[in-house]
Amino acid sequence: MSSEVKAVVGRGVPLIGNDIDTDRIIPARFLRCVTFDGLGAQVFADDRTQTQGQHPFDQPQYQGAKILAVNGNFGCGSSREHAPQALAKWGIQAIVGESFAEIFFGNCVALGVPCVMAAPEDAKQLQAAIATNPEAEVKVDLEAMQVQCGDLTIAVSMADGPRQMFTCGTWDACGQLVAQADHIRATAAQLPYIAWSASA
Amino acid sequence: MSKGTLFDKVWDLHTVGILPSGQTQLFIGLHLIHEVTSPQAFAMLRDRGLKVLYPERTVATVDHIVPTENQARPFADSLAEEMMQSLEQNCAEHKIRFYNVGSGSQGIVHVIAPELGFTQPGMTIACGDSHTSTHGAFGAIAFGIGTSQVRDVLASQTLALAKLKVRKVEVNGPLKPGVYAKDVVLHIIRKLGVKGGVGYAYEFAGSTFEDMSMEERMTVCNMAIEGGARCGYVNPDAVTFEYLKGRDFAPKSEAWDKAVDWWQSLRSDADAEYDDVVVFDAADIAPTITWGITPGQGIAINELIPTPDTLPADEEAIAEEAYRYMDLQPGQPIQGTKVDVCFVGSCTNGRISDLREAAKFAQGRQVAEGVKAFIVPGSERVKLQAEVEGLDKIFVAAGFEWREPGCSMCLAMNPDKLEGRQLSASSSNRNFKGRQGSASGRTLLMSPAMVVAAAVTGKVSDVRELL
Repeated sequence: MSSEVKAVVGRGVPLIGNDIDTDRIIPARFLRCVTFDGLGAQVFADDRTQTQGQHPFDQPQYQGAKILAVNGNFGCGSSREHAPQALAKWGIQAIVGESFAEIFFGNCVALGVPCVMAAPEDAKQLQAAIATNPEAEVKVDLEAMQVQCGDLTIAVSMADGPRQMFTCGTWDACGQLVAQADHIRATAAQLPYIAWSASA
Repeated sequence: MSKGTLFDKVWDLHTVGILPSGQTQLFIGLHLIHEVTSPQAFAMLRDRGLKVLYPERTVATVDHIVPTENQARPFADSLAEEMMQSLEQNCAEHKIRFYNVGSGSQGIVHVIAPELGFTQPGMTIACGDSHTSTHGAFGAIAFGIGTSQVRDVLASQTLALAKLKVRKVEVNGPLKPGVYAKDVVLHIIRKLGVKGGVGYAYEFAGSTFEDMSMEERMTVCNMAIEGGARCGYVNPDAVTFEYLKGRDFAPKSEAWDKAVDWWQSLRSDADAEYDDVVVFDAADIAPTITWGITPGQGIAINELIPTPDTLPADEEAIAEEAYRYMDLQPGQPIQGTKVDVCFVGSCTNGRISDLREAAKFAQGRQVAEGVKAFIVPGSERVKLQAEVEGLDKIFVAAGFEWREPGCSMCLAMNPDKLEGRQLSASSSNRNFKGRQGSASGRTLLMSPAMVVAAAVTGKVSDVRELL
């Protein structure tokens, strides 16, 4: 079910601010569910209510956008995969930002949503370019490691490991992990606590 | 790269292999699951026709959605009841040990795993909850994961991970009266920033941590994630072994002696190499409290709310947002701010030692008029122990509500919520916007002793004045 993600192309949506946490991306009360279905409608629920139609996720020019442009430490806080799920179900397929919280980044990898890092000034320029021309096509290129929006081209980065997982289509690690059953059991057998806690 | 640290040793021991991506396939010694982040993972397993590889290495409880007042089934909230039933069915189907409400050992996952002796030094531990970093207090490498990774651990007992760098966070010296583990970690996060730890494991070292109890160390490691560190740990020592000895799932008799030998061998070497070292002096730490909307926006209780010109440029925008949201003025004292709700509990500060400390300040005092104050034990065992010691009577006599165990108003997935713009003094770990159940509710993080001080005075107060 994995597939290669070499580039994501689509319109962009800028979301300005550092330290946007997962409680803001999807407030806890929406976690009362046993499937991820329906989370897309609730993404940024409280911020959207408070900004009364002025939140980028509500503004008409950004509807249908696929690429989210953010600032620093995006996705900090809780480990809830509900956060990237909510963004993905709203339509986001790639995120460009200054930096990402680690669990959030890992959750995005597991969903096949690349998060690439740009220099702070470049991230701001990208947000401005999208705001100036919301119709412009944004291309997140994981092979060239750059993001283009109209005349603007910025360099972005991602560690080699996850980048390769996207470009080779192996971002869904589950199959690879399960295939190593013999090695897993061999590793476990060398851990002393496996024996003593089994006898507890 | 770090060398010779406990982190390096435990990482190497649990390495199954290196994946084509360059990531490590890491064996997970203990997998903790709960009702919020596991149902979708079990559904993914079913979709792929996979089984749970090591059901005996998975432990389940229910904590986030359980009501703390009326726990009769079915729960009044039908969505919570559905999550509860999903966990019950999944545990039964996959033969996973489950501590249900009323079992005598249910509670917040990060409270029960240590108190039952599941959490041990040298383990790798994962849970679909960011505060899994708590278990690092035992010298385990423990971190929060998302739901797809919960699926991976269920299916393979392993995770695909990139190795972290290691930063030694050293604090030395005795804590002053009225200063607690919570203040130490709030101080560290204030100084290093909420993203300072991204890419790092934090090794908490130095005499301040060595002198702490296990429960205090858990409070510190619990909030490592709030500083951006995926995990935090303290090297295991006599305090660790003393805590573990005799616990339900701790090794017994001969196995115990072997275990202690092994655990001691895992400590970071005296000449271990770190990617970074920072040093603090415990004497510089005062009772600390957050005033803003991230755990890094903290000040000493007797300081003024910072003005924008005193902040680094990249913190100005979030400070402006915090002044507006919190309705607090830069340059004003935080002390004296009127509070509406006081909450002692959570995986940070819902342990027996927290309740004992809180009770000391509640004893013989009264919750101020108009303040709602409540105490939520971290587990059924903590609740029972507190009642054996008569702490519940002290709290109730002082006007606190005494509740059933659960995560409660830390994230407000159960009926415990702030209303409107209420301001809460909270022993929990996050002051994010809307965190405590009201989209406009406000949270000040502080130690349990400071929460009680706020409750009895009706305003943010310096606990040292009540000593």
